Amino acid sequence: MWGEIIGRRVVDTELTGTDTQAPFIQLLSPDGTRRQDPAWDRYTRDVDLEALRGFYRDMAATRRLDDEGTALQRQGQLVLWVPLKGQEAAQIGSGRATLPQDYLFPTYREHGVAITRGVQIAEMLRVFRGISHGGWNPASTGFHNYTMVLAAQTLHAVGYAMGVQRDQKGWEQERLAAEGGAVMAFFGDGASSEGDVHESMVFAASTQAPVVFFCQNNQWAISVPFEVQSRVPLVNRAAGYGFPAVRVDGNDVLAVHAVTRWALECARTGQGPVLIEAVTYRRGAHTTADDPTKYRTRHEEEGWDEKDPLLRLERHLRAAGTGDDFFEAVKEETDRMAAELRATALAFPTPALEESFANVYASPHPLVQEELAFYREYQAGFADGGAASDTTDREDAK
Amino acid sequence: MTMAKAINAGLRRVLAEDPKTLLMGEDIGKLGGVYRITEGLQAEFGEDRVVDSPLAESGIIGTSIGLALRGYRPIAEIQFDGFVFPGFNQITTQLAKLHMRSEGVLTVPVTIRIPFGGGIGSVEHHSESPEALFAHTAGLRIMTPSTPHDAYWMIQEAVASPDPVIFFEPKRRYWLKGDVDTEHRAAPAASAQVVRQGSDATVVAWGPLVPVALAAAQAAQEDGRDVEVIDLRSLSPIDFDTITASAQKTGRLVVMHEAPTFGGLGGEIAARVTERAFYSLQAPVLRLGGFHMPYPPSKVEANYLPDIDRLLEALDRSFAH
Ligand SMILES: Cc1ncc(C[n+]2csc(CCOP(=O)(O)OP(=O)(O)O)c2C)c(N)n1
Ligand SMILES: [Mg+2]
Repeated sequence: MWGEIIGRRVVDTELTGTDTQAPFIQLLSPDGTRRQDPAWDRYTRDVDLEALRGFYRDMAATRRLDDEGTALQRQGQLVLWVPLKGQEAAQIGSGRATLPQDYLFPTYREHGVAITRGVQIAEMLRVFRGISHGGWNPASTGFHNYTMVLAAQTLHAVGYAMGVQRDQKGWEQERLAAEGGAVMAFFGDGASSEGDVHESMVFAASTQAPVVFFCQNNQWAISVPFEVQSRVPLVNRAAGYGFPAVRVDGNDVLAVHAVTRWALECARTGQGPVLIEAVTYRRGAHTTADDPTKYRTRHEEEGWDEKDPLLRLERHLRAAGTGDDFFEAVKEETDRMAAELRATALAFPTPALEESFANVYASPHPLVQEELAFYREYQAGFADGGAASDTTDREDAK
Repeated sequence: MTMAKAINAGLRRVLAEDPKTLLMGEDIGKLGGVYRITEGLQAEFGEDRVVDSPLAESGIIGTSIGLALRGYRPIAEIQFDGFVFPGFNQITTQLAKLHMRSEGVLTVPVTIRIPFGGGIGSVEHHSESPEALFAHTAGLRIMTPSTPHDAYWMIQEAVASPDPVIFFEPKRRYWLKGDVDTEHRAAPAASAQVVRQGSDATVVAWGPLVPVALAAAQAAQEDGRDVEVIDLRSLSPIDFDTITASAQKTGRLVVMHEAPTFGGLGGEIAARVTERAFYSLQAPVLRLGGFHMPYPPSKVEANYLPDIDRLLEALDRSFAH
């Protein structure tokens, strides 16, 4: 099946240079005009205006969450925030293409994808408030915990897909298409240089596991521009491993949605892995600890303002007759969400170190028990004068 | 000057003095590193000498080895302690072993700078102390400064070493200020320094915990206990002579590090000192470190990290003997 589409669509080694203008799939142009492309009809036919409004709601919620995250960090309520502004279409378009039985491996910036998987947004903030390394339940959401060691999760995704493959052995095509599971691995342009990405693609090709590699090429890895990682568009890589790939306008939610549905269908129905390169832009800082003025120009950033994914979808929706009342309602909705989020985040209880002791091993471990006993006794020794204090200040005052 | 500036100045000096030196790492060029340790160096020495590499630690270390084999002196930066592991294979199976494999013919003078340690309120993988994993590997030298003056000189010593050096930078002390004498060389890293004289007990610490040990010694003084503090500086080799002499004098020894106690360097020091000074010791050598767990979320790190109170408690236990 991918033969039909991919025969015309896969962008192969003819692409050279790292020009972000290199061809990609686009179904909504920056001014919001719908571009007809029969090749993708199958994957957009049922995406009506109502569905697009749903995407808009998700994208607006994602952006509001992002702004709130940055604000909370600035106010000292989060230890760090990882903004995703500009990548909403790539994340909502792909996340909304997944099915409940799928399992997704994000990096650390996929808050939008998390929303599509039903992760409670406030839970996500637990990671960035420094009270949890995980934050949400990966098993119940099919959305894995964030992996901060770049690219490590791409191998986990392939292994998970190898498991899915085994579980679905002997299934008929129809059953696969309806109930089959697929796996997604999200990674960045910078992470694509890590050896783990190479190995994951080797394993995926070798095993034909049902995995979709989704690279958000947001042009930057902290301060390092994409050209340092690759001389050609990343989409070219797949040809070397022997599986199909597609380059898509990552700021076009409809196009991202269509290609991801196609890729998941390939994986789901036993046709092996697919690579998607979503061309997008990190409009904000790398994290709240980063200062992009050190390495890129305002001019470059402005060039991407006009391609903003929300702006584009808004233009399209308005042209199709969606009025102010809709956008106002979305604004109210997201404001309410942000207020709740803030209240929940501020009310999180500070965990005790005991919880960390409890989660080192799944079964009792004598050394952990011994150290926990020591720790409790030690803490109890402060009962009179209050709990053992954080003495870092005292040291630093020296 | 701050420790960050001191390392920067040390690197500037080696770049200026030895045309074969070069810096490689993620974000170290234009940005000057996420901690700005290499700030201004690319502008001054050019992109050939200060390289913003592709994002791959095995690549950074593996190509550093190749450059060293070709006569260069690469100084690689790993962005955070927790991100060295994709390059761990290159460090332990190649960097550490090439000299022996080549029957002494080849040297691989690579320096690997790693900001390490916790107490900075960060997310996972940004606060670890993996020094024991490297100290266990023969063929590597390991150093960590605790003052700007030492940082300035020790980074130069690391680069000059014909052996590979892992240079651990105590990131929570990057902003620690101190005088740097750029004329007079610090003592070689291999010699531990007694940074506070005392007669009742000895504390051995390094990197980020030296100021903690000094503050605890100060507090102990108020209780009439005279605590000696040793800044280890080199974690491989370890200056056992200085530690043993101090333990023989005071009769009590506590070794403190941020890394988990189990399997940590404290155990090695305790064992060696016990072998050498058994009859002078009045109490078992005590170890104080992190707990046996992955570094916890930052909101609870203050309870995880050894601090002044934990050290005073350990000293109490030592004095109870
Ligand atoms: C193995 C590893 N090395 C280094 C880092 C530090 N680091 C965190 S994010 C980042 C850049 C990642 O860029 P990219 O993969 O393009 O993802 P983006 O941040 O743009 O989403 C770096 C170098 C890390 N997290 N893991
Ligand atoms: Mg990127």
